[in-house]
Amino acid sequence: MQTLRRAFADALELLWSMDSALLEIVGLTLQVTLVALTIALLLGIPIGAAIGLARRLPGRAFLVPLIYTGMGLPPVVVGLFTYLLLSNQGPIGGLGWLFTPAGMIMAQTIIAFPLVLGLTMAAVQSVDPDLPIQMRALGATRRQVALTTLVESRIGVTAAVVAAYGSIISEVGAVMLVGGNIEGETRVLTTAIVLETRKGNFALALALGIILLGLAFLTNLVFHRLQVRQGGP
Amino acid sequence: MTPAYELNGIRHCYGERCVVDVPELKINAGEVFGIVGPSGAGKSTLLRLLNFLEAPTEGQIHHQGVLVTSDVSLETRREITTVFQRPMLLRRSVAANVRIGQRIRGPVPKDDTVDGWLGRLGLGGLADAPVRTLSAGEAQRVALARALVVNPSVLLLDEPTGNLDPYNVGLIEEIVRAECAERGTTIVIVTHDPFQARRLANRTALMIGGVMVEVAETNHFFSDPQQPKTAAFLRGDLVF
Repeated sequence: MQTLRRAFADALELLWSMDSALLEIVGLTLQVTLVALTIALLLGIPIGAAIGLARRLPGRAFLVPLIYTGMGLPPVVVGLFTYLLLSNQGPIGGLGWLFTPAGMIMAQTIIAFPLVLGLTMAAVQSVDPDLPIQMRALGATRRQVALTTLVESRIGVTAAVVAAYGSIISEVGAVMLVGGNIEGETRVLTTAIVLETRKGNFALALALGIILLGLAFLTNLVFHRLQVRQGGP
Repeated sequence: MTPAYELNGIRHCYGERCVVDVPELKINAGEVFGIVGPSGAGKSTLLRLLNFLEAPTEGQIHHQGVLVTSDVSLETRREITTVFQRPMLLRRSVAANVRIGQRIRGPVPKDDTVDGWLGRLGLGGLADAPVRTLSAGEAQRVALARALVVNPSVLLLDEPTGNLDPYNVGLIEEIVRAECAERGTTIVIVTHDPFQARRLANRTALMIGGVMVEVAETNHFFSDPQQPKTAAFLRGDLVF
Protein backbone atom coordinates (compact mmCIF):
# COMPACT_ATOMS: atom_id res chain seq x y z
CA MET A 1 0.00 0.00 0.00
CA GLN A 2 2.82 2.31 1.00
CA THR A 3 4.45 1.94 -2.41
CA LEU A 4 1.16 2.55 -4.23
CA ARG A 5 0.42 5.68 -2.25
CA ARG A 6 3.92 7.02 -2.88
CA ALA A 7 3.58 6.13 -6.53
CA PHE A 8 0.44 8.24 -6.93
CA ALA A 9 2.11 11.12 -5.11
CA ASP A 10 5.19 10.76 -7.32
CA ALA A 11 3.11 10.60 -10.46
CA LEU A 12 1.30 13.82 -9.58
CA GLU A 13 4.58 15.47 -8.66
CA LEU A 14 6.19 14.32 -11.91
CA LEU A 15 3.32 15.65 -13.96
CA TRP A 16 3.25 18.87 -11.95
CA SER A 17 6.94 19.46 -12.41
CA MET A 18 6.63 18.93 -16.20
CA ASP A 19 9.99 17.22 -16.06
CA SER A 20 11.58 17.58 -19.50
CA ALA A 21 12.84 13.99 -19.59
CA LEU A 22 9.32 12.77 -18.84
CA LEU A 23 7.74 15.02 -21.47
CA GLU A 24 10.21 13.65 -24.00
CA ILE A 25 9.24 10.08 -23.14
CA VAL A 26 5.52 10.87 -23.32
CA GLY A 27 6.03 12.73 -26.60
CA LEU A 28 7.91 9.86 -28.21
CA THR A 29 5.37 7.34 -26.93
CA LEU A 30 2.55 9.28 -28.57
CA GLN A 31 4.53 9.88 -31.74
CA VAL A 32 5.45 6.21 -32.24
CA THR A 33 1.94 5.06 -31.32
CA LEU A 34 0.06 7.51 -33.54
CA VAL A 35 2.29 7.12 -36.60
CA ALA A 36 2.15 3.31 -36.38
CA LEU A 37 -1.61 3.45 -35.80
CA THR A 38 -2.13 5.74 -38.80
CA ILE A 39 -0.15 3.46 -41.14
CA ALA A 40 -1.96 0.38 -39.81
CA LEU A 41 -5.35 2.08 -40.35
CA LEU A 42 -4.52 3.29 -43.85
CA LEU A 43 -3.56 -0.24 -44.87
CA GLY A 44 -5.82 -2.31 -42.64
CA ILE A 45 -9.21 -0.64 -43.11
CA PRO A 46 -9.39 -0.79 -46.93
CA ILE A 47 -7.92 -4.30 -47.16
CA GLY A 48 -10.05 -5.57 -44.26
CA ALA A 49 -13.16 -4.07 -45.83
CA ALA A 50 -12.31 -5.61 -49.20
CA ILE A 51 -11.88 -9.08 -47.67
CA GLY A 52 -15.03 -8.63 -45.60
CA LEU A 53 -17.04 -7.73 -48.69
CA ALA A 54 -15.60 -10.49 -50.90
CA ARG A 55 -17.58 -13.28 -49.31
CA ARG A 56 -16.63 -15.70 -52.06
CA LEU A 57 -12.93 -14.87 -52.17
CA PRO A 58 -10.89 -17.92 -53.23
CA GLY A 59 -8.47 -18.99 -50.51
CA ARG A 60 -10.66 -17.42 -47.87
CA ALA A 61 -10.67 -20.59 -45.74
CA PHE A 62 -6.91 -20.19 -45.42
CA LEU A 63 -6.67 -16.41 -45.36
CA VAL A 64 -9.09 -15.73 -42.51
CA PRO A 65 -7.41 -18.05 -39.96
CA LEU A 66 -4.10 -16.55 -41.06
CA ILE A 67 -5.37 -13.04 -40.26
CA TYR A 68 -6.77 -14.21 -36.92
CA THR A 69 -3.37 -15.68 -36.08
CA GLY A 70 -1.80 -12.36 -36.99
CA MET A 71 -4.09 -10.67 -34.50
CA GLY A 72 -2.44 -12.65 -31.75
CA LEU A 73 1.20 -12.24 -32.84
CA PRO A 74 3.53 -12.27 -29.82
CA PRO A 75 5.01 -8.74 -29.84
CA VAL A 76 8.41 -9.99 -28.78
CA VAL A 77 8.53 -12.27 -31.82
CA VAL A 78 7.58 -9.34 -34.04
CA GLY A 79 10.36 -7.40 -32.34
CA LEU A 80 12.87 -10.15 -33.03
CA PHE A 81 11.74 -10.43 -36.65
CA THR A 82 11.99 -6.65 -37.16
CA TYR A 83 15.36 -6.62 -35.40
CA LEU A 84 16.70 -9.23 -37.83
CA LEU A 85 15.30 -7.34 -40.82
CA LEU A 86 16.86 -4.08 -39.67
CA SER A 87 20.17 -5.38 -38.34
CA ASN A 88 23.36 -4.73 -40.30
CA GLN A 89 23.24 -8.15 -41.95
CA GLY A 90 19.46 -7.93 -42.47
CA PRO A 91 17.82 -7.36 -45.88
CA ILE A 92 16.84 -3.76 -45.05
CA GLY A 93 19.69 -3.02 -42.66
CA GLY A 94 20.80 -0.27 -45.01
CA LEU A 95 17.91 1.89 -43.83
CA GLY A 96 19.70 2.39 -40.52
CA TRP A 97 16.41 2.11 -38.62
CA LEU A 98 17.63 -0.20 -35.85
CA PHE A 99 17.52 1.58 -32.46
CA THR A 100 15.56 4.49 -33.93
CA PRO A 101 11.89 5.55 -33.62
CA ALA A 102 11.42 4.56 -37.29
CA GLY A 103 12.28 0.96 -36.44
CA MET A 104 9.92 1.03 -33.45
CA ILE A 105 7.13 2.39 -35.66
CA MET A 106 7.76 -0.43 -38.12
CA ALA A 107 7.46 -3.09 -35.41
CA GLN A 108 4.33 -1.47 -33.94
CA THR A 109 2.74 -1.25 -37.37
CA ILE A 110 3.34 -4.98 -37.90
CA ILE A 111 1.60 -5.66 -34.58
CA ALA A 112 -1.35 -3.33 -35.20
CA PHE A 113 -2.02 -4.08 -38.88
CA PRO A 114 -3.52 -7.58 -38.45
CA LEU A 115 -5.69 -6.30 -35.59
CA VAL A 116 -7.13 -3.51 -37.74
CA LEU A 117 -7.44 -5.88 -40.70
CA GLY A 118 -9.20 -8.67 -38.80
CA LEU A 119 -11.56 -6.49 -36.79
CA THR A 120 -12.50 -4.36 -39.82
CA MET A 121 -13.17 -7.54 -41.77
CA ALA A 122 -15.37 -8.88 -38.97
CA ALA A 123 -17.19 -5.54 -38.64
CA VAL A 124 -17.95 -5.40 -42.37
CA GLN A 125 -19.09 -9.04 -42.36
CA SER A 126 -21.49 -8.37 -39.51
CA VAL A 127 -23.46 -5.95 -41.69
CA ASP A 128 -26.70 -7.55 -42.93
CA PRO A 129 -25.87 -9.54 -46.10
CA ASP A 130 -29.08 -8.22 -47.71
CA LEU A 131 -27.87 -4.62 -47.46
CA PRO A 132 -25.74 -4.79 -50.63
CA ILE A 133 -28.74 -6.13 -52.59
CA GLN A 134 -30.92 -3.31 -51.29
CA MET A 135 -28.26 -0.74 -52.16
CA ARG A 136 -27.90 -2.15 -55.66
CA ALA A 137 -31.67 -2.08 -56.04
CA LEU A 138 -31.46 1.62 -55.19
CA GLY A 139 -29.00 2.09 -58.07
CA ALA A 140 -25.66 1.95 -56.27
CA THR A 141 -22.46 1.06 -58.11
CA ARG A 142 -20.15 -1.61 -56.64
CA ARG A 143 -17.99 1.12 -55.17
CA GLN A 144 -20.95 2.84 -53.56
CA VAL A 145 -22.14 -0.48 -52.12
CA ALA A 146 -18.70 -1.09 -50.59
CA LEU A 147 -18.47 2.41 -49.14
CA THR A 148 -21.98 2.30 -47.69
CA THR A 149 -21.28 -1.08 -46.08
CA LEU A 150 -18.05 0.23 -44.56
CA VAL A 151 -19.80 3.32 -43.19
CA GLU A 152 -22.57 1.07 -41.86
CA SER A 153 -19.98 -0.96 -39.91
CA ARG A 154 -18.34 2.15 -38.45
CA ILE A 155 -18.94 1.20 -34.83
CA GLY A 156 -17.03 -2.04 -35.34
CA VAL A 157 -14.31 -0.22 -37.25
CA THR A 158 -13.92 2.23 -34.37
CA ALA A 159 -13.48 -0.79 -32.10
CA ALA A 160 -10.67 -1.92 -34.40
CA VAL A 161 -8.98 1.46 -33.98
CA VAL A 162 -9.34 1.28 -30.19
CA ALA A 163 -7.95 -2.26 -30.03
CA ALA A 164 -4.97 -1.39 -32.23
CA TYR A 165 -4.22 1.78 -30.28
CA GLY A 166 -4.37 -0.09 -26.96
CA SER A 167 -2.11 -2.86 -28.17
CA ILE A 168 0.53 -0.43 -29.49
CA ILE A 169 0.68 2.05 -26.66
CA SER A 170 0.99 -0.70 -24.05
CA GLU A 171 3.45 -2.82 -26.01
CA VAL A 172 6.93 -3.32 -24.58
CA GLY A 173 8.67 -6.39 -26.02
CA ALA A 174 9.06 -5.23 -29.60
CA VAL A 175 10.00 -1.60 -28.88
CA MET A 176 12.54 -2.79 -26.32
CA LEU A 177 14.25 -5.09 -28.83
CA VAL A 178 14.09 -2.79 -31.84
CA GLY A 179 14.40 0.56 -30.05
CA GLY A 180 16.82 -0.44 -27.34
CA ASN A 181 15.41 1.94 -24.69
CA ILE A 182 18.09 4.58 -25.33
CA GLU A 183 17.60 7.60 -23.11
CA GLY A 184 16.53 10.67 -25.06
CA GLU A 185 16.26 8.68 -28.29
CA THR A 186 14.09 5.59 -28.13
CA ARG A 187 12.84 5.48 -24.57
CA VAL A 188 9.05 5.25 -24.33
CA LEU A 189 6.77 4.86 -21.32
CA THR A 190 6.69 1.06 -21.33
CA THR A 191 10.43 0.59 -21.69
CA ALA A 192 11.06 3.26 -19.03
CA ILE A 193 8.76 1.32 -16.68
CA VAL A 194 10.78 -1.85 -17.23
CA LEU A 195 14.02 0.02 -16.61
CA GLU A 196 12.87 1.75 -13.42
CA THR A 197 11.44 -1.50 -12.08
CA ARG A 198 14.79 -3.24 -12.65
CA LYS A 199 16.55 -0.38 -10.85
CA GLY A 200 14.22 -0.81 -7.90
CA ASN A 201 12.53 2.59 -8.38
CA PHE A 202 9.09 1.07 -7.97
CA ALA A 203 7.39 4.33 -7.17
CA LEU A 204 8.71 6.01 -10.30
CA ALA A 205 7.86 2.94 -12.37
CA LEU A 206 4.30 2.98 -11.04
CA ALA A 207 4.06 6.70 -11.62
CA LEU A 208 4.99 6.14 -15.27
CA GLY A 209 2.40 3.35 -15.40
CA ILE A 210 -0.28 5.71 -14.14
CA ILE A 211 0.65 8.26 -16.78
CA LEU A 212 0.46 5.54 -19.45
CA LEU A 213 -3.00 4.50 -18.29
CA GLY A 214 -4.06 8.15 -18.18
CA LEU A 215 -2.96 8.65 -21.79
CA ALA A 216 -4.81 5.53 -22.90
CA PHE A 217 -7.92 6.63 -21.05
CA LEU A 218 -7.91 10.13 -22.52
CA THR A 219 -7.57 8.79 -26.05
CA ASN A 220 -10.31 6.25 -25.49
CA LEU A 221 -12.59 9.00 -24.22
CA VAL A 222 -12.18 10.67 -27.60
CA PHE A 223 -12.78 7.40 -29.49
CA HIS A 224 -15.87 6.70 -27.42
CA ARG A 225 -17.31 10.14 -28.09
CA LEU A 226 -16.83 9.46 -31.80
CA GLN A 227 -18.58 6.12 -31.46
CA VAL A 228 -21.54 7.66 -29.65
CA ARG A 229 -21.85 10.39 -32.26
CA GLN A 230 -22.02 7.67 -34.90
CA GLY A 231 -25.14 6.22 -33.31
CA GLY A 232 -23.56 3.59 -31.10
CA PRO A 233 -24.70 2.65 -27.61
CA MET B 1 -47.41 1.64 -75.90
CA THR B 2 -44.12 -0.18 -75.39
CA PRO B 3 -44.49 -2.69 -72.59
CA ALA B 4 -42.38 -2.12 -69.48
CA TYR B 5 -41.09 -5.66 -69.72
CA GLU B 6 -41.13 -8.47 -72.23
CA LEU B 7 -39.75 -11.79 -71.08
CA ASN B 8 -38.87 -14.53 -73.54
CA GLY B 9 -37.74 -18.02 -72.57
CA ILE B 10 -36.60 -16.97 -69.12
CA ARG B 11 -35.16 -19.71 -66.96
CA HIS B 12 -33.20 -19.06 -63.81
CA CYS B 13 -31.48 -21.99 -62.18
CA TYR B 14 -29.17 -22.58 -59.26
CA GLY B 15 -27.30 -25.69 -60.33
CA GLU B 16 -29.90 -28.31 -61.20
CA ARG B 17 -32.78 -26.48 -59.55
CA CYS B 18 -34.69 -24.04 -61.75
CA VAL B 19 -36.62 -21.56 -59.61
CA VAL B 20 -38.04 -19.46 -62.43
CA ASP B 21 -39.31 -20.82 -65.74
CA VAL B 22 -41.30 -18.22 -67.67
CA PRO B 23 -41.45 -18.81 -71.43
CA GLU B 24 -43.37 -15.59 -72.10
CA LEU B 25 -44.60 -12.65 -70.07
CA LYS B 26 -45.49 -9.06 -70.84
CA ILE B 27 -45.86 -6.37 -68.19
CA ASN B 28 -47.56 -3.25 -69.49
CA ALA B 29 -46.22 0.21 -68.81
CA GLY B 30 -48.20 1.93 -66.07
CA GLU B 31 -50.05 -1.12 -64.81
CA VAL B 32 -50.05 -2.69 -61.39
CA PHE B 33 -49.11 -6.31 -61.94
CA GLY B 34 -49.74 -8.62 -59.00
CA ILE B 35 -47.94 -11.91 -58.51
CA VAL B 36 -49.38 -14.29 -55.94
CA GLY B 37 -48.36 -17.77 -54.98
CA PRO B 38 -47.08 -19.89 -52.15
CA SER B 39 -43.66 -19.19 -50.69
CA GLY B 40 -40.81 -20.72 -52.63
CA ALA B 41 -42.64 -20.21 -55.93
CA GLY B 42 -39.84 -18.08 -57.39
CA LYS B 43 -41.70 -14.77 -57.05
CA SER B 44 -38.85 -12.95 -55.30
CA THR B 45 -36.28 -14.34 -57.74
CA LEU B 46 -38.38 -13.06 -60.63
CA LEU B 47 -38.36 -9.58 -59.06
CA ARG B 48 -34.56 -9.69 -58.75
CA LEU B 49 -34.39 -10.50 -62.45
CA LEU B 50 -36.73 -7.58 -63.23
CA ASN B 51 -34.51 -5.24 -61.17
CA PHE B 52 -31.49 -6.63 -63.09
CA LEU B 53 -29.81 -7.57 -59.81
CA GLU B 54 -29.17 -10.99 -61.32
CA ALA B 55 -29.01 -12.07 -64.94
CA PRO B 56 -31.24 -15.00 -65.92
CA THR B 57 -29.54 -18.30 -66.71
CA GLU B 58 -31.39 -18.40 -70.04
CA GLY B 59 -33.65 -16.14 -72.04
CA GLN B 60 -34.11 -12.49 -72.82
CA ILE B 61 -35.64 -9.55 -70.99
CA HIS B 62 -36.64 -6.44 -72.93
CA HIS B 63 -37.11 -3.36 -70.79
CA GLN B 64 -39.10 -0.61 -72.53
CA GLY B 65 -38.39 -2.30 -75.81
CA VAL B 66 -34.64 -2.57 -75.31
CA LEU B 67 -32.90 -5.90 -74.80
CA VAL B 68 -31.08 -5.82 -71.47
CA THR B 69 -27.95 -7.95 -71.29
CA SER B 70 -25.95 -9.00 -68.25
CA ASP B 71 -23.87 -5.79 -68.40
CA VAL B 72 -26.98 -3.69 -67.82
CA SER B 73 -26.32 0.05 -67.86
CA LEU B 74 -26.43 2.07 -64.69
CA GLU B 75 -29.09 4.36 -66.19
CA THR B 76 -31.41 1.42 -66.81
CA ARG B 77 -30.84 0.04 -63.33
CA ARG B 78 -31.57 3.44 -61.82
CA GLU B 79 -35.02 3.58 -63.43
CA ILE B 80 -36.07 0.58 -61.37
CA THR B 81 -36.08 -0.02 -57.65
CA THR B 82 -37.37 -2.59 -55.20
CA VAL B 83 -38.96 -2.36 -51.78
CA PHE B 84 -38.27 -5.64 -50.04
CA GLN B 85 -40.18 -7.24 -47.19
CA ARG B 86 -37.48 -6.07 -44.75
CA PRO B 87 -36.87 -2.33 -44.97
CA MET B 88 -33.04 -2.66 -44.72
CA LEU B 89 -32.48 0.86 -43.45
CA LEU B 90 -29.05 2.34 -42.75
CA ARG B 91 -28.05 3.24 -39.21
CA ARG B 92 -28.75 6.93 -39.84
CA SER B 93 -31.62 9.35 -39.52
CA VAL B 94 -34.92 8.84 -41.32
CA ALA B 95 -34.23 11.75 -43.69
CA ALA B 96 -30.72 10.47 -44.48
CA ASN B 97 -32.22 7.10 -45.38
CA VAL B 98 -34.86 8.60 -47.63
CA ARG B 99 -32.18 10.70 -49.35
CA ILE B 100 -29.79 7.78 -50.01
CA GLY B 101 -31.10 7.06 -53.52
CA GLN B 102 -30.54 10.71 -54.50
CA ARG B 103 -27.08 10.71 -52.96
CA ILE B 104 -26.17 7.62 -54.96
CA ARG B 105 -27.20 9.48 -58.12
CA GLY B 106 -25.15 12.60 -57.40
CA PRO B 107 -25.51 15.80 -55.41
CA VAL B 108 -28.74 15.85 -53.41
CA PRO B 109 -31.10 18.45 -54.91
CA LYS B 110 -32.03 21.20 -52.48
CA ASP B 111 -35.78 20.87 -52.79
CA ASP B 112 -38.58 19.60 -50.62
CA THR B 113 -39.02 16.22 -52.32
CA VAL B 114 -37.85 14.32 -49.24
CA ASP B 115 -40.02 16.35 -46.87
CA GLY B 116 -42.95 15.94 -49.23
CA TRP B 117 -42.70 12.16 -49.20
CA LEU B 118 -42.16 12.03 -45.45
CA GLY B 119 -45.33 14.07 -45.02
CA ARG B 120 -47.38 11.92 -47.40
CA LEU B 121 -46.31 8.78 -45.59
CA GLY B 122 -47.12 10.17 -42.15
CA LEU B 123 -43.47 10.47 -41.16
CA GLY B 124 -43.38 14.27 -41.05
CA GLY B 125 -42.18 14.65 -37.47
CA LEU B 126 -39.61 11.87 -37.76
CA ALA B 127 -37.11 13.32 -40.26
CA ASP B 128 -34.29 13.54 -37.72
CA ALA B 129 -35.20 10.43 -35.74
CA PRO B 130 -32.63 7.60 -35.79
CA VAL B 131 -34.16 4.62 -37.58
CA ARG B 132 -33.64 2.27 -34.64
CA THR B 133 -36.43 4.10 -32.82
CA LEU B 134 -39.02 3.34 -35.53
CA SER B 135 -41.80 0.79 -35.43
CA ALA B 136 -41.96 -1.89 -38.14
CA GLY B 137 -44.65 0.00 -40.01
CA GLU B 138 -42.78 3.30 -39.86
CA ALA B 139 -39.58 1.62 -41.02
CA GLN B 140 -41.35 0.10 -44.03
CA ARG B 141 -42.88 3.48 -44.89
CA VAL B 142 -39.36 4.96 -44.79
CA ALA B 143 -38.29 2.22 -47.22
CA LEU B 144 -41.19 3.11 -49.52
CA ALA B 145 -40.36 6.83 -49.33
CA ARG B 146 -36.71 6.04 -50.11
CA ALA B 147 -37.82 4.19 -53.25
CA LEU B 148 -40.29 6.84 -54.43
CA VAL B 149 -37.97 9.81 -53.95
CA VAL B 150 -35.90 8.75 -56.96
CA ASN B 151 -38.96 8.77 -59.25
CA PRO B 152 -38.58 5.23 -60.56
CA SER B 153 -40.35 4.30 -63.78
CA VAL B 154 -40.73 0.78 -62.37
CA LEU B 155 -41.41 0.04 -58.72
CA LEU B 156 -41.02 -3.56 -57.60
CA LEU B 157 -42.62 -4.53 -54.30
CA ASP B 158 -41.62 -7.81 -52.66
CA GLU B 159 -44.14 -8.57 -49.92
CA PRO B 160 -44.00 -4.92 -48.83
CA THR B 161 -46.64 -5.30 -46.15
CA GLY B 162 -45.80 -8.85 -45.07
CA ASN B 163 -45.29 -8.05 -41.40
CA LEU B 164 -47.52 -5.04 -40.97
CA ASP B 165 -50.76 -4.16 -39.23
CA PRO B 166 -53.91 -3.21 -41.20
CA TYR B 167 -53.35 0.55 -40.69
CA ASN B 168 -49.89 0.44 -42.27
CA VAL B 169 -51.07 -1.94 -44.99
CA GLY B 170 -53.85 0.50 -45.91
CA LEU B 171 -51.49 3.48 -45.94
CA ILE B 172 -48.92 1.77 -48.14
CA GLU B 173 -51.55 0.45 -50.56
CA GLU B 174 -53.01 3.93 -50.87
CA ILE B 175 -49.63 5.37 -51.84
CA VAL B 176 -49.01 2.57 -54.33
CA ARG B 177 -52.37 3.21 -56.01
CA ALA B 178 -51.73 6.95 -56.13
CA GLU B 179 -48.21 6.51 -57.50
CA CYS B 180 -49.54 4.45 -60.38
CA ALA B 181 -52.47 6.77 -61.09
CA GLU B 182 -50.60 10.09 -60.81
CA ARG B 183 -47.21 9.30 -62.34
CA GLY B 184 -47.94 6.21 -64.37
CA THR B 185 -45.31 4.18 -62.57
CA THR B 186 -45.26 0.51 -63.52
CA ILE B 187 -45.68 -1.52 -60.38
CA VAL B 188 -45.06 -5.21 -59.88
CA ILE B 189 -46.17 -6.43 -56.49
CA VAL B 190 -45.37 -9.85 -55.12
CA THR B 191 -47.62 -10.91 -52.30
CA HIS B 192 -48.69 -14.11 -50.61
CA ASP B 193 -52.02 -12.41 -49.87
CA PRO B 194 -54.41 -12.76 -52.82
CA PHE B 195 -56.68 -10.08 -51.39
CA GLN B 196 -53.90 -7.52 -51.63
CA ALA B 197 -53.49 -8.34 -55.31
CA ARG B 198 -57.24 -8.05 -55.74
CA ARG B 199 -57.22 -4.60 -54.11
CA LEU B 200 -54.28 -3.24 -56.09
CA ALA B 201 -53.53 -5.06 -59.31
CA ASN B 202 -54.85 -4.51 -62.83
CA ARG B 203 -53.67 -7.98 -63.73
CA THR B 204 -52.79 -10.84 -61.44
CA ALA B 205 -50.61 -13.88 -61.97
CA LEU B 206 -50.36 -17.08 -59.98
CA MET B 207 -46.86 -18.47 -59.75
CA ILE B 208 -46.15 -21.98 -58.48
CA GLY B 209 -42.87 -23.82 -58.70
CA GLY B 210 -41.31 -21.12 -60.86
CA VAL B 211 -44.08 -21.33 -63.46
CA MET B 212 -46.84 -18.82 -64.26
CA VAL B 213 -49.94 -20.97 -63.85
CA GLU B 214 -52.37 -18.25 -64.89
CA VAL B 215 -52.13 -14.58 -65.83
CA ALA B 216 -55.38 -12.67 -66.14
CA GLU B 217 -57.22 -9.41 -65.58
CA THR B 218 -57.64 -9.23 -61.83
CA ASN B 219 -61.46 -9.38 -62.05
CA HIS B 220 -61.39 -12.55 -64.12
CA PHE B 221 -58.56 -14.01 -62.10
CA PHE B 222 -60.72 -13.94 -59.01
CA SER B 223 -64.23 -14.39 -60.40
CA ASP B 224 -63.55 -16.90 -63.13
CA PRO B 225 -60.17 -18.62 -62.76
CA GLN B 226 -59.34 -20.76 -65.79
CA GLN B 227 -56.92 -23.12 -64.09
CA PRO B 228 -57.92 -25.62 -61.40
CA LYS B 229 -54.77 -24.69 -59.46
CA THR B 230 -55.82 -21.03 -59.40
CA ALA B 231 -59.25 -21.97 -58.11
CA ALA B 232 -57.65 -24.18 -55.46
CA PHE B 233 -55.20 -21.45 -54.43
CA LEU B 234 -58.02 -18.91 -54.12
CA ARG B 235 -60.02 -21.37 -52.01
CA GLY B 236 -57.05 -21.52 -49.67
CA ASP B 237 -56.14 -25.10 -50.54
CA LEU B 238 -52.55 -26.20 -50.48
CA VAL B 239 -51.16 -26.02 -54.01
CA PHE B 240 -47.75 -26.99 -55.29
